[in-house]
Amino acid sequence: MIATPLHSKRNRLPAVLEHASGDKRFKILEVHMKKHQFRHDALIEVLHKAQELFGYLEDDLLLFVSYKLKLPPSRVYGVATFYHFFNLKPQGEHTCVVCMGTACYVKGADKVIAAIQDQTKIRPGETTPDNKVSLLTARCIGACGIAPAVVYDGTVNPRATPESAVKQIKKWTGT
Amino acid sequence: MILNDLLQIKDQERAARKKTTLRCCMAAGCMSSDSKGVKEQLEKAVADAGLQDTVEVRGVGCMKLCCEGPLVQADPQNALYIKVTSENAPSIIAALKGGKAEAAQTDPDAAFFKKQLSIVLANSGVVDPDRIESYIALDGYQALHEVLHEMTPKDVVDTMVNSGLRGRGGAGFPTGLKWGTVAKSPGAKKYVICNADEGDPGAFMDRSVLESDPHAVLEGMAIAAYAVGADQGFIYVRAEYPLAITRLQTAIKQAKQLGVLGSGIFESPFNFTIDIRIGAGAFVCGEETALMASVEGKRGTPRPRPPFPAESGLFGCPTLINNVETFANVPAIYRNGAEWFAGIGTEKSKGTKVFALAGKIKNTGLIEVPMGTPLRTIVEEMGGGAPGGAKIKAVQTGGPSGGCIPSQHLDTPVDYESLGKLGSIMGSGGMIVMDESTRMVDVARFFMEFCMDESCGKCIPCRAGTVQMHNLLEKILDRRATPRDLLKLEELCDMVKNTSLCGLGQTAPNPTLSTLRFFRNEYEELLQPEAHGPKGNGEAKKQTLTT
Repeated sequence: MIATPLHSKRNRLPAVLEHASGDKRFKILEVHMKKHQFRHDALIEVLHKAQELFGYLEDDLLLFVSYKLKLPPSRVYGVATFYHFFNLKPQGEHTCVVCMGTACYVKGADKVIAAIQDQTKIRPGETTPDNKVSLLTARCIGACGIAPAVVYDGTVNPRATPESAVKQIKKWTGT
Repeated sequence: MILNDLLQIKDQERAARKKTTLRCCMAAGCMSSDSKGVKEQLEKAVADAGLQDTVEVRGVGCMKLCCEGPLVQADPQNALYIKVTSENAPSIIAALKGGKAEAAQTDPDAAFFKKQLSIVLANSGVVDPDRIESYIALDGYQALHEVLHEMTPKDVVDTMVNSGLRGRGGAGFPTGLKWGTVAKSPGAKKYVICNADEGDPGAFMDRSVLESDPHAVLEGMAIAAYAVGADQGFIYVRAEYPLAITRLQTAIKQAKQLGVLGSGIFESPFNFTIDIRIGAGAFVCGEETALMASVEGKRGTPRPRPPFPAESGLFGCPTLINNVETFANVPAIYRNGAEWFAGIGTEKSKGTKVFALAGKIKNTGLIEVPMGTPLRTIVEEMGGGAPGGAKIKAVQTGGPSGGCIPSQHLDTPVDYESLGKLGSIMGSGGMIVMDESTRMVDVARFFMEFCMDESCGKCIPCRAGTVQMHNLLEKILDRRATPRDLLKLEELCDMVKNTSLCGLGQTAPNPTLSTLRFFRNEYEELLQPEAHGPKGNGEAKKQTLTT
């Protein structure tokens, strides 16, 4: 994305707006911005909503947000890349988030993630080539009492083991 | 809304209480072990047994012993069921009628519970966080009423000063002093911010407080707003805590409907509204100036202080920022008086502190103890020691900004000064226990990697220093380092500590420094002897410079 040559990105705006007019999700996003009176300080809220609607934040979407909020694209892009929570790449069908907080770490989260990496052949932050599974790590999801914790598609799984993790991945990939 | 309305709700709620209550933990930890299913089955079993008139099944917040969840407590039987499943839940209802419960039980009078003193967590596991009436039944919002009608803002600040409460976010700045500064700052518009960006890995106290007793935080914020003259509040919560966000949204909505938030609260001229701001996963946003930048919708980078937020904060206005736990202490202080609060704890650290006990320990969960409680009491008596009889090696407090306290110092009382003397900090309350199998250099590397990833990149000592320190720690772990590298690491630690812009960089070397202080032998065991001869020496030097 950063590597995209600049000239191909110039004058994208009219095309983006035209594309947006045909997509309902952009309408919903605009309503959300209106709710915040298009205020500049609502940028993070708007990006949260955009990610909820689209799954990830692509360049054109960021351009749309910057145009509507009357903010320079650099500011929107800067914020989107600063925070870990925003994805700039599409995610796989399923997401597996391994908590790497201290409590999980001392209880063997490193072994759990190693087993998943071994099984899926991808590293944290990547998606399998068949687009089935995205592997992510979290800094701490606050489930330290039941460490190590792994979140499968938004559901927290307590006391994970390398075996239980591999089992879940196999269920998703059908192998 | 006037006082009578409030008292009426309280009386109604108390009158509606049934003979038996089954409290079912609905905090995030137990929810992940299907406590929702357990609650549904309990309700069904109550209906099937025709006990609706005498038995109440109440979803409550955290019941503290997270490792044994889902937890169900039956009162007045005083029976605490652990690891309840939706299959054996109906047997708990059968047990009420003299049958035998299939679910395992634990002693609710064990040291883990008995040694606790609850102020912040007093309502946690008791009130239903989704119902404001449940909070009002336990004298909720009465302190706010009293403050608004019987005290001047100056009285409110004075009470806070006398209570001796210090910031629970970690640094321990006197709360009363902070409130007084914001109150004195000139300006028509002021803000109150609740810092719920609990980024420390291994800490979940704030999450539990927000999930279990959100109204206590709202009431605390409203009292603070009255004291400093603010009319707008923000709660900055991590996006990683979806349940806490939902509960807060519900709580704010209910409080507005009842008129304990909004305009003309309790028929006084005081207005106060609270908005939620959701973080987006940046540890540095726990730092107050970075947090304010994030609330303003910008990149969360800190800025130099002064000016302090109390003078020029959010949108350039005087701003009061306190941590969740600090605000949660506030209603109790005004209900029971500053003297009562000041009577708890040690000379310089008043009140209680909530800790999230986790790691290699038998009982993991939440504990709240008076300041000055020895670490040994917490770890050995309450926590039950390391599982499998392993020897405890160290206790880590303060997360990536704190340090490791070795087992020989376990008799240290927990207060701001004593922990500081050992090179650690109180921090927000994460307490991770490590046993003999934990390698301390690895722990240091773990925290350094964390700080390296989370450095916002604004100031050079932190941005470049954490990377270099991480490289050196990796080198030591790979057995490629020489004693010279260790010296270099210590030098860098000192430099980053003293020259970084904000707390993140200033404290990033702490885990490394404290493990170096108490476990230096573990570092030295991994070192390679220095290369010999002038040529070799030169090469070694060149290498370290280029790493």
